[in-house]
Amino acid sequence: MTDARPAPVLEVLDIVAGYGEVDILHGVSITVQAGEMVAIIGPNGAGKSTLLRTIFGLLDARGGQVSLKGEDITNRPPDDLVLRGLSYVPQVDNVFPSLTILENLEMGAFVRKDGLAERLERVFSLFPDLTDRRGEKAGKLSGGQRQMLALGRALMLDPDILLLDEPSASLSPKMVELIFDRINLINSEGTGILLVEQNAHEALSASNRGYVLAMGENRLEGEAKSLLDNEEVGKLYLGT
Amino acid sequence: MSTYADRLRGNIRVFNEFVAGPGLWVLITLLFTYAALFETQLFVIGLIVGSVLALGSIGLTLIYGVMRFGNFAHGDLMMMGAYVTFFLLNGTILGQRRDANIGVGLNDLPAGTERLGDLTFGYSFLIGVALSAVVLAIVCLGLDRLVYRPLRQRGSSIVTFAIASLGIAFSVRALLLIIWGPDPRTYVSGIHKAQHYPFDVVLKTDQVFIMVVAVVMTALVYLLLFRTKLGKAMRAYSDNPDLALVSGINTDRVIFWTWVIGGSLMAIAGSLLALQANLKPELGFQLLLPLFAGAILGGLGKPQGALIGALVVGVAQEVSVAYISAGYKPAVSFMILILILLIRPRGLFGDAN
Repeated sequence: MTDARPAPVLEVLDIVAGYGEVDILHGVSITVQAGEMVAIIGPNGAGKSTLLRTIFGLLDARGGQVSLKGEDITNRPPDDLVLRGLSYVPQVDNVFPSLTILENLEMGAFVRKDGLAERLERVFSLFPDLTDRRGEKAGKLSGGQRQMLALGRALMLDPDILLLDEPSASLSPKMVELIFDRINLINSEGTGILLVEQNAHEALSASNRGYVLAMGENRLEGEAKSLLDNEEVGKLYLGT
Repeated sequence: MSTYADRLRGNIRVFNEFVAGPGLWVLITLLFTYAALFETQLFVIGLIVGSVLALGSIGLTLIYGVMRFGNFAHGDLMMMGAYVTFFLLNGTILGQRRDANIGVGLNDLPAGTERLGDLTFGYSFLIGVALSAVVLAIVCLGLDRLVYRPLRQRGSSIVTFAIASLGIAFSVRALLLIIWGPDPRTYVSGIHKAQHYPFDVVLKTDQVFIMVVAVVMTALVYLLLFRTKLGKAMRAYSDNPDLALVSGINTDRVIFWTWVIGGSLMAIAGSLLALQANLKPELGFQLLLPLFAGAILGGLGKPQGALIGALVVGVAQEVSVAYISAGYKPAVSFMILILILLIRPRGLFGDAN
């Protein structure tokens, strides 16, 4: 039976990548459909963050292919991908500390000359906490606020797909809930999300589909719900 | 449970924030008031020297602010700017037994040397400086491509960058020595009459011009960094070059404009310095200490800090002559540098970090 689904927006095929002499990824493949939220979980060192960095052109792919909306974007530099509809939020150092909140967001929209006001409007309505503080320097924000600003910065160009590297890392449980709530809202507005997470339970609960990565290879994949129910996954990654 | 180290760090921070900062301003105000009242002429000379230093410190602070390394070649590149202007004006370089001359220079332009108002120079000087700025911008871009970019690609530490810039400093100085020789050079000959101002202040109009240019340059660089999109991108790159790339900022362009503007400032600073004093190749390296002292006192990366810091260094140096031998002037800069690094490393306007 042929697959009736439309072509995926983001398609990663057999990616091989690493640092120096060592390969971290040994042929990883994932897909993200339009408007989908996909979670990548797995143990530390599995290569989850490396995968995101390779997709976004921060690391050279030594093998395999990445395509966005049907076009080959393998090893294209970040400032090109940003124009094509891909956006990335690193795990740490994800805001400009000496710039104000407003300036941080302006930098997010750097490549576009128009529509700044509407985009700011959208980000501020998603994150009202940031609105009151827009003149404050980002370095003075709390961890949760910084994460929201980092997300906001990445949204400034209305990306088709948002790559998130452990958005809940080092946040309080309350903040984690808030962040995932916002991420869900962003996803419901049509932005595809590829998220890498240590917090497998939260990530799978929020997502449509999931991939389990270990030792730089695909281990499992499927609907998020079935992964949550899966005993093997539960034992290894969900602590059940 | 806070350890002794934590408490000490906390105390130092409080000291920095609430005591050292305001204390520094008080000291500066005292220095300036005292100097203005009791050593007025030296105070004014200090402001002039400070203005020349400021033009250099602004470029230094810009380059440090964006690229995060101390450019030890700054002084010698300023000298290159001065010598290039000199060459463009007279066409003179060092010959076998006496100077060789290419036979034509900007000074040959009709009425080029005719003095503008009370200044010692005509419009040919201004054209010379502008062209020298272009030359220095190109030189800086070339140096970036040859030396700094490979280091960036290798992920070298800032110490490596600093050492590389030191190497460039020595090379530039040697080049200037080869092309123009060790003897002092001047742009203009003849007497420049000084004007008399109230409070027994005696100033040459050239010197007033230099002070005005210093203030204008500070304002322009400040506006660039804090009111323009390019300036914000420069500050973003300075904070986090990787994130700047990730946000889609063209980091090559940021670096390009930093060197173009920095190089132009070097040429202007060097040329105006040479207007005031004789041109010698070794001046460049000697300038490094006061230039860095001024930039660090003001807070690295902050143009308004560079101006004020350089003025303080200038005034402190000149006023010290009334009490100790003039040979100690570099020691004055050094003391200021040590003092700042001890009690408030971020300087007057720097961010806490």
